[in-house]
Formats: sequence, structure tokens, C-alpha cells
Amino acid sequence: MIPVSLIESTADTLMAKAAIEIPDDYLIGLKEAASTEDGDLSSFVLQAMLENYEAAKQDRRAMCGDTGVPRWFVKMGNEARIEGGPVALEAALRRATASATSSVPLRPNRVHPLWRTDHNNNVGIGAPEIEYGFEPEGDWIDLITVHKGGLFGTDYRMLFPSDGIQGIKRFYLDSLMAFGKRGLACQPAIIGIGLGGSKDTCMVLGKRAACLRTVGSRNPDPRIAALEDEFKELGNSIGMGAMGFVGKNMVVDAHIEVGYCHTGGMQMSVHAFCLSSRRAVARIHADGRVEHRTDPDWFTPYQRRETAEWEPAQEAAE
Amino acid sequence: MKLREVILSTTPTPEEIADLRLGDVVFLNGLMYTAREGVYMRALEEKANIPMELPRDSAANFHCSPAATIRSDGSFDMGAVTATASFRFAKWLPEWMAKTGAKLIIGKGGMTSKDYKSYFVPNGAIYLSTVGYGTGALLGRGVENVEAVHWSGELGLAQAMWVIRCNRMGPFLVASDLDGNCLFERENAKIVQNIEHIYEGTKPAVLKRFGETDDRSEELIG
Repeated sequence: MIPVSLIESTADTLMAKAAIEIPDDYLIGLKEAASTEDGDLSSFVLQAMLENYEAAKQDRRAMCGDTGVPRWFVKMGNEARIEGGPVALEAALRRATASATSSVPLRPNRVHPLWRTDHNNNVGIGAPEIEYGFEPEGDWIDLITVHKGGLFGTDYRMLFPSDGIQGIKRFYLDSLMAFGKRGLACQPAIIGIGLGGSKDTCMVLGKRAACLRTVGSRNPDPRIAALEDEFKELGNSIGMGAMGFVGKNMVVDAHIEVGYCHTGGMQMSVHAFCLSSRRAVARIHADGRVEHRTDPDWFTPYQRRETAEWEPAQEAAE
Repeated sequence: MKLREVILSTTPTPEEIADLRLGDVVFLNGLMYTAREGVYMRALEEKANIPMELPRDSAANFHCSPAATIRSDGSFDMGAVTATASFRFAKWLPEWMAKTGAKLIIGKGGMTSKDYKSYFVPNGAIYLSTVGYGTGALLGRGVENVEAVHWSGELGLAQAMWVIRCNRMGPFLVASDLDGNCLFERENAKIVQNIEHIYEGTKPAVLKRFGETDDRSEELIG
């Protein structure tokens, strides 16, 4: 039984880590970008960002003043049991979000869409979002928080099979161009692309592709992995860099996630996880051990399963 | 090419502003205030009295909501500071400038050269862009003191008018000049000259959407 107090204290720690510490995989990706950048303005921007990550860690202050919209992804092993059940879990995550907003501090970004009411704690109707996933083995629970910026870099389009790969490429390039101008997308970013599903799940797939995979990871389908390489290269060939200045680096990495869709459609979404790619992860074991990491490891074989029954033996044999 | 660094007051002289060139790196000293849609609507549409003496105290309007909180003893904890995208505030800025004498508009992404020519230049004002975005921790280090926060009860912490004493706060980039030139448009114009090859072979979607442009040199924000 995992105590709810441990969930809340771990969540509190994760909120601060996400806001302050740039994940290593993104940092390495950005350093690589900085080493290839030769535009004078875009190079200056990348160097300033690298200094900024250090300043944030030294001072224990948020890396960006726009601390995004905190949200939670919860992954549970099939044997995990939580004291007080899922309602207690959700209350703990909402309390941690509120308390970290003043203790870090974070920007209280969350307001009512119409009345603009601000509780000054990033909690409100539907906020923070809490999404769930499950794994067939284990008595642990993974808490993942993502503080993604919210306004620019995301788009959706219903494409059709006749649009093909060339149609996908065009929408991808248009999204990068439109939101890259003036650096509205805060690039170089991790670009997540969702393909298929339904309109809503396509958005979810793309967002998770951007936020829940690490720089350098590849889709297990080799043809999709090849597309990821191609899209990274394509985005970096536009000639646009940080802040929309002339440069070589728009895309730190490109991730594609797919879901089965209606036979007549080919939904597509594009998401940009920005220069402050904030995510933090902890696994809480049933015995009370807490292990921190930065890789959400969300997209397991189980999450991407294609069959009615889960057959781990078959999966292992592949 | 190394970019030129300039230390600038938040109440700059006309000569100091005239000396700035696109792409200069600026660090600011003095008082600045945050104002975005909440402050603009309250001051300009609801006609509330602006709780500062402007531009005497500050001619620097930061489009910003800081990551900050008011402690229970009334003191402030300001961590990171970054800008929000400015183009959305174009409808209020001409009146705001006329009313407050703002000379430095600081934010994210700049405005169009049309904005600069029509009301920045006549007011002797220029635009400073934050860098990144955003260098929130570096800018946070430039906060010497939080002097006040106005209208936090009415507008919430994110939209409130924060008054910040800056000590070499930066970096910022000069994104407009007194001729109304726009740094971002200059860069966009260079980039679109070379994009044909990346679009080669791609094709428009079979189902069109209303209101789109296919002119990729469009600034999209105007």
C-alpha cells in the first residue's frame, strides 16, 4: 500500500525539479545544436539559454518565468495499491500543484477561460490535468509532471490517405514556419507528431510524443523511426533557428506516435516542447522507495500494443 | 560577429535610444513595470488611475507575468521572469504610450514594422525582445528588488502590475529602431528566400481550410 502522504511529498519535489532542472537529454541535444549553429543572433540565443539553465540550477529558481501549465501523468503497475484510492491520489496531486506554485515559486498561469479568475495556485476546473496509464507488471506508481508552455507551436489537421507523406510533410513544415517566426514556439523544440486516432486522441498522441519521450529515442517501427530522422533533418533545413533568426536549429528532435484511425482519415497533430522542456519523473515503490529520473518511459510495448489480448511472452520473443 | 552590448536606463534619453541598433544586446538599470492585457484593460477601458508616476518613475513597460508570489508577511518572492508575446497587445499600445510616455516596450516576438512606424517612432520608443525564449533565471538575477505590486487583488498575480528595480537585468535584444525597422522581419525576409527547396514535392491538403494564407513570407501576426 503506497501512503498518500508519500505521493504528495514526492509530487511536491517533482514540481520544483521540473521547473528548475532542464532534463539531461534535452540539454545534450541543445548543446549539440549550439555547437553547429553559426548564425550570430541564433548562436547568441542558444548560449544565453545554456547559461540560463545553469543559473536556474545554481539559484534554485524556475528556468523560465512562464512556468507553463503543470499537469500530471500517472502510470501504475497492475498490482499497485494506493492508500485512499484514486480520489486521494488526485487530491494529493492537486495539493502539491498548489503548494509548489507558491513555494518554488511558479507563475500562477491557470485562469478561468471566460472570467479570467485566478486562484493564484495553478488549480481550477480541470487543472491540473491528470492522465493515467497502466502496466501489466509491478506494484509501483510513476508520477510524471510536465510543465508545458501553452500558446504557440501546436496545430491539428484532418488529412486523408490521399494526402500521403507529402501532405504530412507540408503540414509539418507549415506548423514550424508559422510558429517559428519571431520564435513564438520557443524553438529549438522537441517536435511531437501525432498521426491517427481520432481528433482528440491525435492531439494527445502528439503531445505525449513531444513531452513523454526523450531526445534521441526512436519509435520501434523502423519505418516511423526513419521518418523521425527525416523530419528532424527537414525541420533543421528551413534555415530558421532560435527566435526565428537565421539559423540551423529548429528541431532538437522529432517524435512520431501513431494510433489506429478511421479508414478514410489520417489525422495529424504537431506539438512543440520548448526551450524549457520541463518534465520530472519519480517511481514510488510499494516498500516506500522513491527513485527520481527524467525519462517518463511512457511508450512501453504495452502502451503501443496492437492486439486484443496482451501476450507478454510473444512480445519478449520478438 | 560579436553582438554589441549596451547598458541602458529604464528612463533613457532620446539620444540613448537613437544610438541603439537592431541586434544590440541590452542590459537594463532602473525601475520597470509589468503591464499586459489586464493592466491595459483596467487603465484604458475601465479608466482606473495608474498607480505610478509615469514616465518619471519608469519608461519601461515589460510584457511579463513573473513567477512570483506574495509571502504571508507581505514581502515578495520573485524567481524567474520572462516575457509574453507582445503582438496581442497592439490594440492598446498606442493609447498606453500616449498616456504613459513609455519608451521601451519589452516583450516576446516584437511587433510589426507597421506598428513601429505608426506609433513607436512618433513616440520616440523602441522594442526590446527578451532572449530564448526565455532566459527566466538570468532575468530573475537582474531583479534587485520588487518595489510594489499593484492590482493583484483585482487582476490576480499573473496580470498584476509588478514594479521591479533592475540591476543590469538582461540580456535583451534591440528589435526595432527609430526608423521603424524590425529585426524579426529582417530575419524572416532572409529565411523565406531559401525555403522553396524544403517545400519541393510537398502538396497542399486535399481538403482546404478557410482563412489560410499560402504566402510563407507573411508575418502572420498583423
